[in-house]
Amino acid sequence: MAGKAIIRARAAALTSQFEAVGAVPVETPVLLPAEALLELYGEDIRGRAYVTSDALRGEQMLRPDFTVPVVQMHMSDGAEPARYTYSGEVFRRQEEDPSRANEYIQVGYEVFDRENPAASDAEVFAVMQDALKSVELRAATGDIGILAAAVAGLETTTRRKRALARHIWRPRKFKALLDRYSGKAEVPQSRATLLAADDPMAHEFLDIGLRSQSEVAERIDGLRHDMAAEPISPLQVELIEALLTVRETLPNALEHIRDLAVDMPAITEATFRLRDRMHALEARGVDVESLEFEASYGRTSMEYYDGFVFGFYVPGRADLPPVATGGRYDALTRVLGQGREIPAVGGVIRPSLLVDLEDAA
Amino acid sequence: MTIKLGVPSKGRLMEKTFSWFGARGVGLSRTGSDREYAGAVDGVDGVELVLLSAGEIPRELAAGRIHLGVTGIDLVREKLGQWEQQVQEKAELGFGHADLIIAVPGCWVDVDTLEDLDAAAAAFRRKHGFRLRIATKYHRLVREYLQANGVADYQLVDSQGATEGTIKNLTAEGVADITSTGDTLRANHLKILSDALVLKSQATLFKSRKAAMDDEERVTMKALLTTLGLDD
Repeated sequence: MAGKAIIRARAAALTSQFEAVGAVPVETPVLLPAEALLELYGEDIRGRAYVTSDALRGEQMLRPDFTVPVVQMHMSDGAEPARYTYSGEVFRRQEEDPSRANEYIQVGYEVFDRENPAASDAEVFAVMQDALKSVELRAATGDIGILAAAVAGLETTTRRKRALARHIWRPRKFKALLDRYSGKAEVPQSRATLLAADDPMAHEFLDIGLRSQSEVAERIDGLRHDMAAEPISPLQVELIEALLTVRETLPNALEHIRDLAVDMPAITEATFRLRDRMHALEARGVDVESLEFEASYGRTSMEYYDGFVFGFYVPGRADLPPVATGGRYDALTRVLGQGREIPAVGGVIRPSLLVDLEDAA
Repeated sequence: MTIKLGVPSKGRLMEKTFSWFGARGVGLSRTGSDREYAGAVDGVDGVELVLLSAGEIPRELAAGRIHLGVTGIDLVREKLGQWEQQVQEKAELGFGHADLIIAVPGCWVDVDTLEDLDAAAAAFRRKHGFRLRIATKYHRLVREYLQANGVADYQLVDSQGATEGTIKNLTAEGVADITSTGDTLRANHLKILSDALVLKSQATLFKSRKAAMDDEERVTMKALLTTLGLDD
């Protein structure tokens, strides 16, 4: 592994490259208030980030990524449209694999622009690809928005759609829910018993805690409603499963997904966005004919990506983390913007990996 | 030099550990005044008894400051990353049984499984504007368990004691804690989720993989383990 001075120099070269295409360099604190990150990522972030605290400010996190502080900074005083670049350490707990770095430098490029999302997606991808051109990498792309649209278009109850949408990022749970809602998996015995009882609300316990009995009753109503609802049809399950397995070059994937859209009209808009992005990538000089597209890509990573997602990997080295990753995170700006939002897309590079690869070449 | 054996410094856990070793021909005892944490070992030469809080024994094993230690498997898994690389399980001692479980108010008649908990957490967050709180001291074990089982929209709040009381005090909605009989849970109006056994624990003798030993200490370790009827 290269020394820190060399990695810093490489990082500086990347930021100048990003500045040259219009990004404004920004700095963010290393210590971030834990609250916003916890609200956004939930408890899982504690397993990945270092948490510390003092008696005055409470819990603080050592910056696990730049996205949140950069979005917060932009939302509080940024002009639109905006392009930013940054460089600095991020910190990740590595409790299971001592070979993975728990502190490393990231260099990022972020675009906040309402005008033309497809063009912004393509811009970020192309800028990243250009910055990485010294080494041979495999690019992977995906689009969480297509899957989200497919879920939203299911012919079933709002409740079920909401539950599925919530678990898009947890593939096993998503599958379990789909099995339940399509009647493939049986309703748990305890639930069947509860709903069959004369008075399901009857119990011998003291009523304690913040979750009230009316909330319990509300959920029981929901469960009844769900029991009475028609199962999701085998055809629709098949379509979703077919969509999840799409993995081919971008033009072929687009054709394939368009075919699926004939039976899943809800994803039509999303396929237009995919097509527009493909054209925008082409216009940027990206070789889309050989670009991989995988509909499930990005589902197990951070929950905030909600559209285009991409990563650059070292071919044949599944043991290494990606050299660069990125994607669109419109929903995150909505959460952090307190009522305001702005379409945003960005990516980060790990210059330490880049230096190692360049040295080995 | 000596082989250092870490044993919980007080209470039933200490007494039962002493009996377990005693029944196998290794006499452990406290020396000095009642309050002094000093001990003696009879039956095997070259072994030193170190009395420690059970919660610190995993860390001392991982640091290699003690060669052997008695503590709960729950504490080892909670406190040590890659625990199997750091310590080796030598024997389950057959006492100190405890299950790490997840419990919710009994008045939540709609919640019996992890799937229910996840759905209730989602609704709770929408209604109350924050994530459903689960009080525990076993953060790592519980977080990994809930993550693996697809539960979202919860948060862990730290509770180092009297955890079952947090719900009534409105500082948590659920708890994840060690229970042996479930009496304390019932007394606090809680019920255990039927499919959420995070971990089954009992007092266990661990050997450090990190503690250095010279030739003499190796001979002592072998003699001690042989006396206890264990393989090296």
